[in-house]
Amino acid sequence: MTETREEAAPVAPDIPTGRSRRVRGRPLLYTSYAQDMALLDTPAKRLWTLLLVALAFGLSVLLQDRSLEVLAGAYVLAIGAIGLNIVTGYAGQVSLGHAFFVAIGAYTAAALSGPVDGENIGFGIAEVWLWLPAAGLVAAAAGVLVAPLAGRLRGLYLAVVTLGLVFLGEHVFKEWKKLTGGPGVGREAAVPELFGVRLDQDGPFGTKEQVLYTLMLALLILFAVAARNLARSRVGRAFAAIRDRDIAAAVIGVPLTRYKVLAFGISSFYAGCAGGLLYTISGYVEPGSFNLLLSVQFIAMVLIGGVATVSGAIAGALFISLLQPVTRSLPALVPFISGDTTQTPNVFQVETVLYGLLIVLFLIFEPRGLFGLWIRVRNYWKSWPFSY
Amino acid sequence: MALLTFGDVHLSFAGVKAVDGVSFEVRQAELLAIIGPNGAGKTSIFNVLSGVYRPQSGRVTFLGEDLLARRPHEIAAMGMARTFQNVELFHNLTVLDNLMLGRHHHFRYGALPALLWYGRARRAELAARAKVEDIIDFLELEPWRRHPVRLLPYGVQKRVELGRALAMEPKLLLLDEPVAGMNLEETEDMARFVMDIRDELGIPVVLVDHDMALVMDLADRVLVLDFGRQVALGAPAEVQRDPAVIEAYLGGTA
Repeated sequence: MTETREEAAPVAPDIPTGRSRRVRGRPLLYTSYAQDMALLDTPAKRLWTLLLVALAFGLSVLLQDRSLEVLAGAYVLAIGAIGLNIVTGYAGQVSLGHAFFVAIGAYTAAALSGPVDGENIGFGIAEVWLWLPAAGLVAAAAGVLVAPLAGRLRGLYLAVVTLGLVFLGEHVFKEWKKLTGGPGVGREAAVPELFGVRLDQDGPFGTKEQVLYTLMLALLILFAVAARNLARSRVGRAFAAIRDRDIAAAVIGVPLTRYKVLAFGISSFYAGCAGGLLYTISGYVEPGSFNLLLSVQFIAMVLIGGVATVSGAIAGALFISLLQPVTRSLPALVPFISGDTTQTPNVFQVETVLYGLLIVLFLIFEPRGLFGLWIRVRNYWKSWPFSY
Repeated sequence: MALLTFGDVHLSFAGVKAVDGVSFEVRQAELLAIIGPNGAGKTSIFNVLSGVYRPQSGRVTFLGEDLLARRPHEIAAMGMARTFQNVELFHNLTVLDNLMLGRHHHFRYGALPALLWYGRARRAELAARAKVEDIIDFLELEPWRRHPVRLLPYGVQKRVELGRALAMEPKLLLLDEPVAGMNLEETEDMARFVMDIRDELGIPVVLVDHDMALVMDLADRVLVLDFGRQVALGAPAEVQRDPAVIEAYLGGTA
């Protein structure tokens, strides 16, 4: 408001904007904007989030190593999916090139932590807190370089150009044998070490799977909270404005190109970190894995989980990752499905078909994804036993 | 000194002269109305002002600075706010978020503090929220704070768009047909808001509309356009008597 307005009706000075006392017995009565704008703004959300996080950490001792390995992978994929959701879900710039940025992160991390005198490029920096941000930053730099394309192209055209990135990357990574080991050979993935303690070996803190599971979970929580903060800040709002109405966004003061670059940069940072972490679990990276299918998997996670929601991206990543053990056990149950790639139909084909089918079904019946299903369930029980 | 001067601007699209040598100025705390038949170039003038179109020739200065070399977001940051003829809100966002977006260029924090939501970023957001609540109060939008704007009735959407422009704390407000398609009650509400904006908030307004009763009641001066050319400029009563205006509207002298 202008000065005259301030004098006519001053911003009520008695409304505190900082932290303030809660009124006893009235948990939903907000006395400050800080309470109203908090991420976990109701007691129910605080309680359930606490329980969920406690349960997730508790699983590291409850579950067997094999299950922990699958879940740890799912958490890393969730970081990548949150990244894709930032650029595609929030900022509305469709990217099929996510696998490319994941690959850049994976190879940056692998090269940094690899042995100096090995067959492949290596710098011997095995500390996670060094190679992880580096993997993110190198991928982010690639994202920032690609982003100007988004300033020129929209929608389908941008999707096709980012698709080209995947093919470009696939070719480079297959040929650059000094870095990647080449197709079918591969190289050792990033080695996670924290202050000299190797996290990918059984040690004093538990088995390899337990330690990695806890590390991935902690990182996922960190990345997820950061993404939620970003989404509710001026930056996240500007992304959504560009997605919904780009001309109006420019006219109210959002510099379009700068924010598109920022969206690609942050998204690629998430992708790079996910790439660095993803292969520490298996300990091995193969250049063939960064193909279109990986990009499509990320798209599926976002669409199935819920576009422009962080919890949706996590749910989608868990859903897709937990689908895999189910489909891999199909050959034992359904005799005509084979576990061998040379035969038809095999489990990998079934998986690809399933991703496509799930995307189609979700887009038709619940475009808000798993997040939308959750909203429906919540609203049903909120008004139960009435229908509205 | 005039707040905005629009000097002899020519804008054409492949031979169609959208704005053909129009000149006017906007003074402090005045409400200038632009009227004219469809296709007269009213919205084109707005698009030139907000940097969406770049005219072939002419001079436009705002607060003493040249506008023509600037891009839309820079012009917005200088203090020019506008609404659109067809509501251009961010339809998936809530009323609150739409209004907060109006304050975008008032924030100074970057992406890193945003990721942490700490210190400067958090304080800035809370302060902005208090300012936005003022506008919600002013435009009587309280019942819809948390509603996604796409679910709101058209009349309310128009009001949210006005609120988004006000949230920018503009030095000049451009309103493109604020009462188009509204019923009598909504029109009167909007007229009251526009008058309050000029008289209470002291923000100069340029208003485009077809509702003659509204324009003649509210405007301090009226600019009449026809086929991109300037037909008349003056006080409402003068303009209404002008034979050139009557010809443009009624088609030929009787």
